[in-house]
Amino acid sequence: MLLALRDLRFARGRFALIGAVVAMIAVLGVILSGLASGLADSGVSALRGLPATHLAFDKSASGELFSRSIVTKATWQRRAAQPGVRKAEPLGQQLVHAQLTGSRAKQLDLAVFGVEPEGFLAPSPTSGKPLSKSSANGVLISQDIVKEGVRVGDRLTVGQAGTPLTVVGTIGHASFGHVGAVYAPLSLWQKLHYGLPGKIPAAAAGQATAVALQLDSSADVSAIDKRLGTQTVDQAGAFAASPGYTAESSTMTLIRGFLYAISALVVGAFFTVWTIQRRQEIALLKAMGASTGYILRDALTQVTAVLLTATAAGTAIGLALGGAMNGSAPFSLQTGQVALAGTLLIVLGLAGAAVAVRRITKVQALTALGANR
Amino acid sequence: MTHPAATPASSAGTAVPPALRLTDVTLRLGSDEQQVTALDRITLTVTPGEFLAVTGPSGSGKSSLLAVAGGLQTPTEGTIRVAGADLTTLTERQRTAHRRLHIGYVFQNANLLASLTALEQLLLPAHLAGRLDASARTRAGDLLEAVGMTHRADRRPHQLSGGERQRVGLARALVLSPEVLLVDEPTSALDRARARDVADLLAEQTRKNNTATVMVTHDTEILDAADRVLALRDGRLT
Repeated sequence: MLLALRDLRFARGRFALIGAVVAMIAVLGVILSGLASGLADSGVSALRGLPATHLAFDKSASGELFSRSIVTKATWQRRAAQPGVRKAEPLGQQLVHAQLTGSRAKQLDLAVFGVEPEGFLAPSPTSGKPLSKSSANGVLISQDIVKEGVRVGDRLTVGQAGTPLTVVGTIGHASFGHVGAVYAPLSLWQKLHYGLPGKIPAAAAGQATAVALQLDSSADVSAIDKRLGTQTVDQAGAFAASPGYTAESSTMTLIRGFLYAISALVVGAFFTVWTIQRRQEIALLKAMGASTGYILRDALTQVTAVLLTATAAGTAIGLALGGAMNGSAPFSLQTGQVALAGTLLIVLGLAGAAVAVRRITKVQALTALGANR
Repeated sequence: MTHPAATPASSAGTAVPPALRLTDVTLRLGSDEQQVTALDRITLTVTPGEFLAVTGPSGSGKSSLLAVAGGLQTPTEGTIRVAGADLTTLTERQRTAHRRLHIGYVFQNANLLASLTALEQLLLPAHLAGRLDASARTRAGDLLEAVGMTHRADRRPHQLSGGERQRVGLARALVLSPEVLLVDEPTSALDRARARDVADLLAEQTRKNNTATVMVTHDTEILDAADRVLALRDGRLT
């Protein structure tokens, strides 16, 4: 690879330019990956943390199921008795506005999950006390709410009804629809969902958003759905049912797709021009007895060296910038995502360059001679 | 048909097998209606150590002669034997491999690679042949010295004069000791003194390396450096 490396050194200005472009694309790739992961995490991390394999929603609901589905007590009770169902419990979900009272008064958005206080969905607190039936207004708040300045012992009031919540403990990071999660007893969630002051009607007291399930592999989900009038989704399906999740994911995927397509075109365009500029040298090499395969390998080595170096540099810069962004934006870096972004950039860049350097096969050795130049 | 002028005089009656033999080589270019005969029944032999100059005006077929002799172009008719192999019967891949080891080209304006130093230009043929070892490096150093370029070994083409580039080009063509050396207008961009230097160097290296050298040129001032001179006009040797 004598020539490839010598060319890189000799034409370092030109290669530095294309390297800088590839590095900037790599930076953007890392940041977009981080934002995509961060947005997804901010959208569905509470669902990800649920110890359920499936969620069963009302069959007539569609689209964003969490805001449209209502299931009744009869549904979750019958659901628990179906074959292949290990556990079944009601899960309520509601996005609410709350007011922190006292000297640190402030307004907050909360993603309230209603669970049975001693059921399998109730999270274990990292500080404070767990949910209990005896503490009807006691809630657990996620670290996302803690960051807003709320502490164990604080009182919050929710909505026009002024339903009081008392923070009895905290859990780790959990959010839903980019709003910090709060876990409340199902009875409290039903009050919040009803939304009016006073005693809630009996019908509203027997409602939840979905039934959280732990299913065996033997469970015939479609048969159960047919019998009970529900629609059951797995975890990925539950994510898609979350507010804005599908739109955000597809937008980020589209942006990243365009970015990689652009990178392949940019690298391809550069190496097309570079190959055209080298036509005379390629003809000379062929006249000297270099095989087309050798010249192609040499050119692709050059492309690989540029892409690897620039992608590594860009990824490192992207990681540093991502680290600096931590907290100011929904940003979450995952090794797999970063590796995939870098690999895609290199593979698509190589594909673009491979198309460009195919021109090498068409250069005639004959053109090295004077009369044919 | 063998042209009388294309056969070298045998010295002291000893028959030396030719390193290059073209027999009835015809090259026609273009389509049927606008076909041009670039080479017309050329027969030519060049023996090891012989320096043949072929002269002629532009368009007479000089470059075509070098192209077919080196296997860069396949003749319409005739045979070309280089170092024992008939190039017209070889595949493209075989011709390329044969050229790599047995034929050296010296190009117009040297045609050096811009990114390589003078020494690296000489190492390139050995690299292409997979023979880049200590002996190749020694040979490259010796050849640079032979063409008077040792002191410019680390310079790139843009740092060399036209004459220096041509010297490096000549040394590069000789590095794998090819049996046949094909030289394309080596003095076209040089002044008279430098052209004379390059022509004398070609003659000297031809003898020293025992190559069969064919130089095409329109520069009549340097023809006396050759052992034999042929004229090419309208694709025919005269």
